[in-house]
Amino acid sequence: MTKKKHTFHIKSDLTRKNINSLYNQFHEQFDKEELREIDLNRVEKIDSSGVAFLEYIQENSEKAELTALSPKIKAALNTFSTPEESKKSEKQTGFFEKLGEKALLSKNSFISGLYLTSDIFYWSIKDLFNTNVRQKNSVVNQCIAIGVNAVGIIALLSFILGLILALQSSAQLSKFGANIYVADLIGFAMVREMGPMMTAILVAGRSGSSFASEIGTMKISEELDALRAMGINPLRFLVVPKFIGITIVMPLLSTLSTILGILAGLIVSVYYLKISAYAYLYELFDYITLEDEIIGLSKSLFFAWVIIIIGVYYGLKVEGGSEGVGKATTKSVVASIFAVIVLDAFFSLFYLV
Amino acid sequence: MKQNIINIKNLTVKFGDFTVLDNIDLSIPKNAITVILGESGCGKSTLLKSIIGLQPIHEGEIRIFDKDIHDENFSKELEKLGMVFQNGALLNSVSVYENIKIPLRQHTDLPDEIIDKVIKAKLHQVNLSHAMNYLPSELSGGMKKRAAFARAIALDPQLLFCDEPSAGLDPNTRYALDNLLLELQKQLKMTMLLVTHEISTVRRIADKLIFLHQGRIIFKGSFESAQESDNKLIKNFFSKA
Repeated sequence: MTKKKHTFHIKSDLTRKNINSLYNQFHEQFDKEELREIDLNRVEKIDSSGVAFLEYIQENSEKAELTALSPKIKAALNTFSTPEESKKSEKQTGFFEKLGEKALLSKNSFISGLYLTSDIFYWSIKDLFNTNVRQKNSVVNQCIAIGVNAVGIIALLSFILGLILALQSSAQLSKFGANIYVADLIGFAMVREMGPMMTAILVAGRSGSSFASEIGTMKISEELDALRAMGINPLRFLVVPKFIGITIVMPLLSTLSTILGILAGLIVSVYYLKISAYAYLYELFDYITLEDEIIGLSKSLFFAWVIIIIGVYYGLKVEGGSEGVGKATTKSVVASIFAVIVLDAFFSLFYLV
Repeated sequence: MKQNIINIKNLTVKFGDFTVLDNIDLSIPKNAITVILGESGCGKSTLLKSIIGLQPIHEGEIRIFDKDIHDENFSKELEKLGMVFQNGALLNSVSVYENIKIPLRQHTDLPDEIIDKVIKAKLHQVNLSHAMNYLPSELSGGMKKRAAFARAIALDPQLLFCDEPSAGLDPNTRYALDNLLLELQKQLKMTMLLVTHEISTVRRIADKLIFLHQGRIIFKGSFESAQESDNKLIKNFFSKA
């Protein structure tokens, strides 16, 4: 196909159904530098895609001129043409600008997180017995939502975890005739590590996500603004009951998880390792101290506070409608679980030293 | 006599036991702007949603382009329709630019360069060129409405439905939007069906008025004949508008 044509005779309507073939025709049959004329004599119908196509040709072939324009086409060009200012491309952000922006955002996020933490603690302590600033029974309702409703899943998974730990450890310990130490291992692991951490991970998945999504949804639907406009602090009204609720139920859930894990170990010991229940419990209580129990419970408290602060933080940061709520919920769960595990590592290091 | 593009027969819509639209018979003329008026809760938005098949109907028949909207094959005709929802209904996860790109990408085989130009032209038409990279959550109510309008006209639809298109807009933007509606109707021979409470818009652009009251049509005709109507409800409506 030669590329010497100076005139592009458009022989069909300039509507979106024809544009693709005309676009291909333009690129295949014309030299952009040589094109002088776009003949619209036979064009009867034109829509916004047609106008966009004509502009595209003129941008690519600067010497090309439109000829045989009917009043209809002139009017369409006037209505649908792209303004000059929209044609200018936007300035691209460079790598270092993006990096700097991220660093600034991270710094600001950290500072606002600290402010939020101090606010939550301040109002939770101040309003601990001041029930006038929150809805009636809100703390009880939160205890039910975070605690009672989670009992089933936490009990089941802790029991299974105890079974796995007992079976795995007994397989190794039996090689040395040290079956009885299953009680020590299960007891120590469940009281100080697995009970609080397992509970925290499940609560982060169940309740942490619900904190973020509930507060995020309230933010995008302007419910938080409505509370502020009524002179009500959303933290005191919404977050304090959740904070008190999770502070009450986390140690209880953690204790339940520990007991169920130890019970699973007892069952494995009695039916698989043929150790008497009395021997298992005697060894357990002989080995586990009150200090271990206090460490386990204190961990569960810290985990609870981390979960609620992260959930509320991401909930308050929600932007962009339903999509933003989804993202915030996911981020809050990931961040909570990450924070719980890192905090647990710090605890282990602290008590080891 | 103008040809009708929408024909509705015996349309009844109920929410539970409550009848929202009661035995509606209606024809919408081609290449004209028809406006549905009525007090809040009279069934205007439900009528609009029923016509485009978003609202399940209890009884009746709705035909657009002489095809029953409840036929399986009617989905092919949807690219000829545009709808501006009351709250914009933009996809919040993507920018204004991407929102307008969706119908162009889905329903056409246009090259990317042409799509880009069409989007920019549409945004210019609704005076929103500066906000094309914004997310819908970063827009005001009026800007959202204009972005939704740009998306609705992206494919130059033959039939455009608007649920309160000028609500929340300042007088200048409202005037510009009215002019745009008139221009589109003239240029593309577009048929439009609007729900609005803005009497100034009705006066400026409406070829035909439909007045709804408690789910029934109590008036059909021109703006002038509506103003001369003896019906107390219509007189009351115009006197307080």
